[in-house]
Amino acid sequence: MSEEQETDIARQVAFRGGGFAPTPYRWIGLAVFVVLIGLAEIGTQSGFISPLTLPKPSDVLLTFVELYNSGLLWTHLAPSLTRLAVGAALGATLGIGVGVLIGLFSYIRAGMVPLIAAIFPIPKIALLPLFVIWFGIDEASKYALIAFGTFTPTVVATYGAVDNVDRTLIRMGQSFGLSWKSIVRKIILPGAMPGILSGLRISLAIAIILLVAAEMLGAEHGIGAYILEAGSLYNLERLFAGVVILSLLGVLLSSVIGAIERYVLRWRT
Amino acid sequence: MDIRLSGISHSYGDFEVLRNISLDIPSGKIVCIVGPTGCGKSTLLRLIGGLEAPNKGNVLQLGVPAEDCLNPLTYVFQDFALLPWRTVAGNISLVLEDHDLSRADIRKSIADVLARTKLSDFARALPKQLSGGMKQRVAIARALAVKPAVMLMDEPLSALDSQTRELLMDDLVALWTRQPFSAVYVTHNLDEAVRMGHMIVILSRCPGQIREIVHLEKPLDERSYGDSDLQFRQKYLWNLMRDEAQAADAELINV
Repeated sequence: MSEEQETDIARQVAFRGGGFAPTPYRWIGLAVFVVLIGLAEIGTQSGFISPLTLPKPSDVLLTFVELYNSGLLWTHLAPSLTRLAVGAALGATLGIGVGVLIGLFSYIRAGMVPLIAAIFPIPKIALLPLFVIWFGIDEASKYALIAFGTFTPTVVATYGAVDNVDRTLIRMGQSFGLSWKSIVRKIILPGAMPGILSGLRISLAIAIILLVAAEMLGAEHGIGAYILEAGSLYNLERLFAGVVILSLLGVLLSSVIGAIERYVLRWRT
Repeated sequence: MDIRLSGISHSYGDFEVLRNISLDIPSGKIVCIVGPTGCGKSTLLRLIGGLEAPNKGNVLQLGVPAEDCLNPLTYVFQDFALLPWRTVAGNISLVLEDHDLSRADIRKSIADVLARTKLSDFARALPKQLSGGMKQRVAIARALAVKPAVMLMDEPLSALDSQTRELLMDDLVALWTRQPFSAVYVTHNLDEAVRMGHMIVILSRCPGQIREIVHLEKPLDERSYGDSDLQFRQKYLWNLMRDEAQAADAELINV
């Protein structure tokens, strides 16, 4: 009797273990852009969105092509990229250096952490006039602004990363009699690398923001100057072309860091 | 080289972990330290290797280590402590690079210890590609590479499943038989203790004190899985420890 009953009530056990596991879908990100831009294009073409609110994406593209053909793109992009590269490199290098020192030495930590906490929330743009007085009106003050802006988040990310290095690995190094220098170079720095790189992602995005801010306040050429000029003339096509360049720059930098991460951190599971 | 612990006591703040431990660790023997959880076994091992300093008492090295010994007191950790960004060979190379050795010497030592631990085929693998047993083999190879006078093994097999543990015990016994080394082997597993130990030191519950020292004369390579003689010994040890272990289990953790 029991056998029959058992087969009677046999039921498939329902699957309930799905979800909560991020899966990479390559093209959806692109599709979101295409759909949004497509909607804007349809809206502006049909007159549903007035040209005063939003320029036609196709016009923005035309402006961009024009900019490229006239050679002005490079005139604006070259100084911007230089400022970004010099400023961010300075800030990130100093930031990583100071962050590692804070991570390694308790006295430096005790002295620097409150200082960093004090300067982190200052909007660095507010200090631009000061930088102009200190470093002059030209490139140096812009480098300083970008460097200063990237410095603080890099410091915070770096000393956090150093703190997070597996203590058992450091004990292991000590137990094998490794020199202090070897422990720092071969255990602490590689161990802190994941945290440092993810900190750089944020720092570099901040660098782009500050680049534009610096150029808006006083530059003849540069993406920021270009956007400012377009804005004051209410030339929305050019404004958007400039903004698109910034976005692309952001995406590019982020994918460069992604590539570095994939290479440097290929040991990670 | 022998090691002598004389009158070691240690506390963390008000919490006394070890009380008056005196013990001689003779060279060429494996000394197992067993005891209930939280009795300060691992602390004692850290004191022996100088990773911590005792509040009272001394750890003495008697005699000089052999001339080619690079790191007299060398640990094997429970969690392997391998650098995940270095290959198997790189992890071993790490502990040789700081010594005055030529590249050829380093390569030779690495090849030698990898062969002894049967890891030669895995030299270029990263730790993430290895099973737990393999990782511990790498850690043992790394320890052998510095030609230690005394190996300090902190529950080396506790993170492994029981089958891997058996295999690794056989490997350790084979390594010892071919070339006897001194070791202090901390474990909570009595089976490991009776298989690996020439001398078994039983610690009491916190604060850890030496309760008894048991000597096993049977040669390591004649001890095997399920040996009735060893089981008898193991039972004896368990009877000694049982009440302590029970009390230790019911204690509040105070670390």
